[in-house]
Amino acid sequence: MRRSARFTFWSRALQAGVLAVAVCFSLGATDASSRFNDLGHRLMCTCGCAQLLGECNHVGCPESGREREELKAAIADGKSDQEILSWFAAKYGATMLAAPTGHGFDLVAWIAPFAVFGAALLGTILLVRRWSVGKTLAAATETATMDPAERERREQIRRDTGDGGF
Amino acid sequence: MAAFGSFALLIALALAAYNLLAGSLALRWIATGQPAAVSPERLADTARRAGIAGFLAVTAAAFALVWSVFTNDFSITYIMEHSNRALPGAYKFSALWSGQEGSLLLWAWLLGIYGFVLRLTHKTDVKLYAYAGTILAGIQVFFLAILCFAAPPFSLYQGAIPDDGNGLNPLLQYPEMVIHPPLLYLGYVGFSVPFCFALGALMMRYPGEKWIRVTRVWTLVTWLFLTAGIFLGMHWAYAVLGWGGYWGWDPVENASFMPWLTGTAFLHSVMMQEKRGMMKSWNVWLIFSTFLLTLLGTLLTRAGLVSSVHAFAQSSIGTWFVVFMGVVLAVCIFTYILQRGHLKSEHHLESLVSRESSFLFNNLVLLTACFVILWGTLFPVLSEYVVGNKVTVGAPFYNRVAVPIGIFLLLLTGVGPLLPWRAASFKSIRRNFVLPVIVFWVTAIVCLAVGVRPWQEGALDQGNFYALVSFAVSAAVLTAIFGEFLRGAGVISRQTGKNLLEATWLLTRRNTRRYGGYIIHIGVVIVVIGLAGAAFNRNIESELALHGKMTIGPYTLACVGFTQDSNLNYNSEYALLDVSRGGKKQFQMSPEKRVYLITGQPQTMVAIHSVPSWDLYVVYEGTNPSTGQPIIKAFLNPLVGWIWAGLMILVFGTLVALVPALSPATASLRVPARTVPSEPALKGGQL
Repeated sequence: MRRSARFTFWSRALQAGVLAVAVCFSLGATDASSRFNDLGHRLMCTCGCAQLLGECNHVGCPESGREREELKAAIADGKSDQEILSWFAAKYGATMLAAPTGHGFDLVAWIAPFAVFGAALLGTILLVRRWSVGKTLAAATETATMDPAERERREQIRRDTGDGGF
Repeated sequence: MAAFGSFALLIALALAAYNLLAGSLALRWIATGQPAAVSPERLADTARRAGIAGFLAVTAAAFALVWSVFTNDFSITYIMEHSNRALPGAYKFSALWSGQEGSLLLWAWLLGIYGFVLRLTHKTDVKLYAYAGTILAGIQVFFLAILCFAAPPFSLYQGAIPDDGNGLNPLLQYPEMVIHPPLLYLGYVGFSVPFCFALGALMMRYPGEKWIRVTRVWTLVTWLFLTAGIFLGMHWAYAVLGWGGYWGWDPVENASFMPWLTGTAFLHSVMMQEKRGMMKSWNVWLIFSTFLLTLLGTLLTRAGLVSSVHAFAQSSIGTWFVVFMGVVLAVCIFTYILQRGHLKSEHHLESLVSRESSFLFNNLVLLTACFVILWGTLFPVLSEYVVGNKVTVGAPFYNRVAVPIGIFLLLLTGVGPLLPWRAASFKSIRRNFVLPVIVFWVTAIVCLAVGVRPWQEGALDQGNFYALVSFAVSAAVLTAIFGEFLRGAGVISRQTGKNLLEATWLLTRRNTRRYGGYIIHIGVVIVVIGLAGAAFNRNIESELALHGKMTIGPYTLACVGFTQDSNLNYNSEYALLDVSRGGKKQFQMSPEKRVYLITGQPQTMVAIHSVPSWDLYVVYEGTNPSTGQPIIKAFLNPLVGWIWAGLMILVFGTLVALVPALSPATASLRVPARTVPSEPALKGGQL
């Protein structure tokens, strides 16, 4: 009964938290967008400065001023983000895009990190589970044949040393 | 002086080669017990002494180069290309690392310093240090051979000697550039030492974990240098490059970050080896990888494999590094295969929810982050090779892939210390985690309420979302760490009657390693909060006539003058800007643009006004050629100061962790309510 009441309390607390977050999220829906700024940070300046178009700060840069104007014009024409990025890539080459696209071989760039992490995580979890099952079986066999005084002594040591520091 | 320097380098190479050969022979005779014409112990000692003498020879070579810079000896090509007569004294030192040959000499010299200290302190463990010193001599031979044959710093200028040199790259003429590269190199080079100890301990099948304790100090010092070097580089980029940011995911930056990540993983996972005799192979490979990554980073950025804005250090020494990396990898694999029986774990993980598994996940995340950065750095090369199409892998890629990994790592920073060793009960999890979880949600809600909105016009704003999560996780992690301090200090306070502040001080001194580590974590959290502030950066660019005004955030910048100045090294133009807030003048800023006389290259000197909530960052971009009006760009960058404050805390924490504990941390805490098991009983138990 007590357990059930506690569960209800935590469940309601969680619901209240989610509701509060949802309310606050909705408050943010009125801010103005800045597509120019966003797209300017997804394109590179082509002058060789290795900076994002939106951050290229060379006075007299032969490229960034014109490219920014082209970006403004493309946004004013009502093109979608993808259309604008494709247009720039077609005109200046794929290296103008600040990150690989989501197509073809570029997709590998995005997938590989998560695939490696996922595989490593899964491998670790499986390994630890295998170790812990082996440990539990060994401990069960050991405990069954152990003298009660010895068992109590080991428990005492575990209690005293279980929460060590670094 | 050129002949003296070249000769000193040749002597150093000969001494390092003797150290390597004589040391190897002596250790072989000792290991096999073969009878020899000379005593192996004496031979090993002559090898060690040769190593010490080698350091003196490299020091002489480094001195010769510095002397040549200060005496404007333009008969040496390197000096002619990287210095000039009007260069201020402090920057003449910078010339030592401003080019390929000089920076390799700095590398060899720092390696010599580390080797000198290592060989002088050999009595700590004569045999282990002999192995480490001999392996280190092998690395020294490589770098000295490059300096003698592939990238000689003392090569003479062909033709008529010019009256003046080409001067130092203007980007390097900034105070931090006198400190940042040596610190970074100290970190980079320093990882050679733990590598040598790990390989040496494996070769000699070193009994016990003492080598870990020896290595830990070296690794921590090296890690501290690398951390400080990376952050100083960030600050330099922020103050000099004038684009308002501090990290551009350039291959050179990435190259310094990768060994930092694996080194951090090593510092965490060695604790499992010390405490539980676990992860021995893992640790050995972590430090091998860290060393190999320092070489790979050098190869990537100096061999022209990937394009970088740090192009001043590129050359054709890549083949040397490829061969050396191949040799190192082969030696590591061979030694590991031969000695892997020595690395069997004494225990395995027992639970997914325990301190050990949190270390393991921490390692996984750090290595994944390292892989992501390596992958992103190499992908343009890979793409060109596979599909013939070169692509750019810039900040948007790393922000999308590396930032979530970073936040997960931050979460583990808070979770790990709250979990007990071996296995955690549900009760202990609930007790330790309730408060941080509550703080997480409260912070998230407060952030949302004050305007950190991840949802903008029906679409997810990635920057704001990451900032929101970072703030909430940071608050939870800080709560967890301070909770740990309070819990320990509370016990001491009750036992000794000291107030909480004194008790915290005593607690930290009793276990400097643990609580130093917590202080480092606090520093990391503060840094993350500072980084998250970047989501709210604003900027404005405007032509500003005399008495013209521009507004950014709460500040109004009014131009009260433009002026010029010049000295022997550069001409400069700068603006004088009165900054007011709420109609009241607060302070004056003077952003500057320099043009260096010898090179004709322009250089920005940013004006920064930093307060805890933000930086007002003003750039004088020059004059508009068509209107003649000066252009001013102003940024309002929230929380940047937190990054540098976090670094200070991080450095402090590392220093605390390096200080020996006052007394054994567990010996002085007595729990009166329980019977303390006797020592023989403890030894008999499974600890």
